[in-house]
Amino acid sequence: MKRAAIVVAAVAALVIPSCVLAQSPKVIFIKNATVLTVTHGNIEHGSILIREGKIVDVGANLTAPSDATVIDATGQYVMPGIVDCHSHIAVDGSVNEGGMAVSSIANIKDVLNPEDPDIYRDLAGGVTAANILHGSANPIGGQTVVIKLRWGKPASDLPFEGAVPGIKFALGENPKESSFQPPPGIPQRYPATRLGVEEVIRQAFIEAREYKKSWDVYNTRTAAGEANLIPPRKNDRLEPLVEVMEGKRYVHAHCYRADEILMLIRVANEFGFKVRTFQHVLEGYKIADEIAVSGAGGSTFSDWWAYKVEAYDAIPYNATLMAERGVVVSINSDDAQEARQLNIEAAKAMKYGGMSANDALKLITLNPAIQLGIDSRVGSIDVGKDADLVIYNHDPLSVYAVAQKTLIDGHVYFDRQKDIDGRAALAKEKQDLLDKEKKAAEEKKPDDASGGDAAKKKPDAKKKSAKPTAEGISVGGAL
Amino acid sequence: MKIQIRRTSLAMLMGLLLTAAAAQVAMAQAPSAAAAPAAYAIKGAKVYTIAGAPIENGIVVIRDGKIAAVGANVAIPSDATVIDATGMELYPGLFDPITQIGLNEINQVGATVDTPELGDYNPELVAATAVNPASAHIAVTRANGITHVIAAPGTAGFDAQPGGLISGQASAFNLAGWTMKEMQINPSVAMVITWPSIQSRTFDFTTFSFKEKPYEDAKKEYDKQVNELGDWLDRARHYAQAKEKGNAALYERDIKLEALVPVVQGKTPVLIIADQQRDIKNAVEFCTKQNLKMILGSGAEAWRVKDLLKEKKIPVVLGPTERLPEQEDTPYDKPMTQPSELFAAGIPIAFSSFGTSFSRRLPDYAGTAVAYGLPHDEALKAVTINAAKMFGIDDQVGTIETGKLANLIVTNGDPFEVQTQVKYLFIKGQLTSLNNRHLDLYEQYRKRPKVGN
Repeated sequence: MKRAAIVVAAVAALVIPSCVLAQSPKVIFIKNATVLTVTHGNIEHGSILIREGKIVDVGANLTAPSDATVIDATGQYVMPGIVDCHSHIAVDGSVNEGGMAVSSIANIKDVLNPEDPDIYRDLAGGVTAANILHGSANPIGGQTVVIKLRWGKPASDLPFEGAVPGIKFALGENPKESSFQPPPGIPQRYPATRLGVEEVIRQAFIEAREYKKSWDVYNTRTAAGEANLIPPRKNDRLEPLVEVMEGKRYVHAHCYRADEILMLIRVANEFGFKVRTFQHVLEGYKIADEIAVSGAGGSTFSDWWAYKVEAYDAIPYNATLMAERGVVVSINSDDAQEARQLNIEAAKAMKYGGMSANDALKLITLNPAIQLGIDSRVGSIDVGKDADLVIYNHDPLSVYAVAQKTLIDGHVYFDRQKDIDGRAALAKEKQDLLDKEKKAAEEKKPDDASGGDAAKKKPDAKKKSAKPTAEGISVGGAL
Repeated sequence: MKIQIRRTSLAMLMGLLLTAAAAQVAMAQAPSAAAAPAAYAIKGAKVYTIAGAPIENGIVVIRDGKIAAVGANVAIPSDATVIDATGMELYPGLFDPITQIGLNEINQVGATVDTPELGDYNPELVAATAVNPASAHIAVTRANGITHVIAAPGTAGFDAQPGGLISGQASAFNLAGWTMKEMQINPSVAMVITWPSIQSRTFDFTTFSFKEKPYEDAKKEYDKQVNELGDWLDRARHYAQAKEKGNAALYERDIKLEALVPVVQGKTPVLIIADQQRDIKNAVEFCTKQNLKMILGSGAEAWRVKDLLKEKKIPVVLGPTERLPEQEDTPYDKPMTQPSELFAAGIPIAFSSFGTSFSRRLPDYAGTAVAYGLPHDEALKAVTINAAKMFGIDDQVGTIETGKLANLIVTNGDPFEVQTQVKYLFIKGQLTSLNNRHLDLYEQYRKRPKVGN
């Protein structure tokens, strides 16, 4: 996939058909759809009125204001935009700072790449918001950020305003590096067991607690009027952990086995914080009561299993079983492709364990929104919420559903028909650029041959002058 | 629906009353022909034979593992165990033609993985040798209606890595049985070849630019591999000639060449795994020149070479429709629309998981293709008869026709729809358990007493 020539990459990022309008209509009226509100049932022949990016009215008997741009959704379904609670799209380069066991200093927000085409692809699968996580290499990983999939906007416009920032924790096989051989010259790092993983997390929080105490003392004494106190040294590694203890930063903990989940609940209790979500949590069904009591959410896969030992007891009934015991459950993707089919993955909870259709929808809308603390803004079709919506041609819990339009803040960011209509122009633009590059390469050739490494290769290049030209601009499958 | 199912269960119970013990065995993990009823009749279902129009309220009679009769007005034999499937749908069991089932239990644990083997040229390896009949994947997969699969050594998927150029013989088998001998349909349905790729450009992130391996070097490497492939086939031809015409006693047995003989004779197809346009074209050219029977596997960019595939009559086993486009500027929905595009071009297609744990997603892959334009009845063929034809086992499986193996599923609806449940499953004419590791764990843990604060 990375084989595409850079010219194509650059061009694609610019010209993948985007419906981002400089000026989006202020008033949008979606009419005559089956509206799946998630919070108050389904409305047949329902309409949604959007003003300034917010839902201002939902119901069966609305009329379009005269200034509204009307989207006729007759025969179609509208549901809240999908919230993906575990994603790694829009990240420039690696998602793991694997050099140290506590990498809380790293922040995914710093490496957001707004030109990742997976943003557009997932948008086309109905995803409107995603929890962009650091990788799972470390017991305490990097800081995480919730984004809206505002394709075409700069990186600074991606973060979900007001969303509580997070931090990735990871338990089990990944942080203990049991199925990973460090490259030559790189020593294996502690921890190498689940016992060590616990110790690393506890030790980090002991330090964070001391650190917090030193600041508390400083702040108290300064507030009491003491002057000329030297403030404690700032520690960017511990700050995020202090935020965790203060409830200002959510812990999203990658985990599989029941024992390690219980371990983290104990450690969190010890330091007075709550784990916000257990991610993957494939054995969550074994200890659903304990997770529910801890107040943590469970964000899991539909039917992944057996790809590693700690996934061998994974069952597709996990979401249903955890939900039945009172855990707030979401289905996530962890994968740019899986994100495009989250509606189908949610429907599997109906097949495995008999979850209701509305509860299945919640797995990818309201529940992940609750888990990310953004449920006052998104996750259902309610007056006052952001107009983050997806329109399908069928019931979204059917394998036959195809997303037609995706809206964020009342902007149509994806429009299937426009995408299809724009393909010919896109192909032509690509061909023109290729022709241009080909021409430029041919003109440049004599200069190249005059110096440096290229000179040594001159005979070869000359011998096969016709062929390398044709192959030299190979853009993967374009030739 | 609920009532009907209950009624059906009751009917089954009555039918099995005299042979209660036998019924237990019949529903066990791996059915034993000796102890199970020899004849079944499934009545009342809408029968999708795939060989013709669906039969409303049809009857399928099974005897001694095979389909004995099918139709709307078929007599139910007096000794048959009758299953009332009124209101349900009856299909041939689904077929996932490229998997690593039985060869790969947990991909990250080498001890449980038997593909790929070391080395580039291993035509003598046969998947069936190491397919583990006790693999938990078998029962999990069949619970979603997949009754038979092919294990293809050297293929890659969600939970497997590729390996080798000629990586061995793919084996077709049923997903039930005590031993491979009982399970196998044909241990050698194809020779797996992973087509080499010319890699002339790689992206270097440190300089944010392309590192150009001179095309000539990449091409040289590629040519060497293709020449080697050709050499192996030539030697196999000579070997076949020598064995046929010469004095067998004078020739040393070579098991690698021996394995390639049916390939060069066009008896066994080659399953060539390739995705990129250039690789597919090169592979087709090679197979045409070598006079091999080619099946294209994966084929992400098959749509770019439709005309060639059509002209050379090359069928395609498609990789999962649930995958990302190959190129950054490829239409976002290309993997989903490609099946309908290839079908419209007259190219035979089949769906496959290319995996182990995702084999049960086969219906999702077909359903997604339907959502993006493939006719539903063609999608049904693409998970039943099409691949059976490609791999030469259509005389045994793929449709509901007299004389074929009774690999059947009874569902409560469209087999592609996510919420559809498989209600009954027959493999080789035996009512086969839908129980599996996941259902066991579900039953076990849902009964865990509530834990208080």
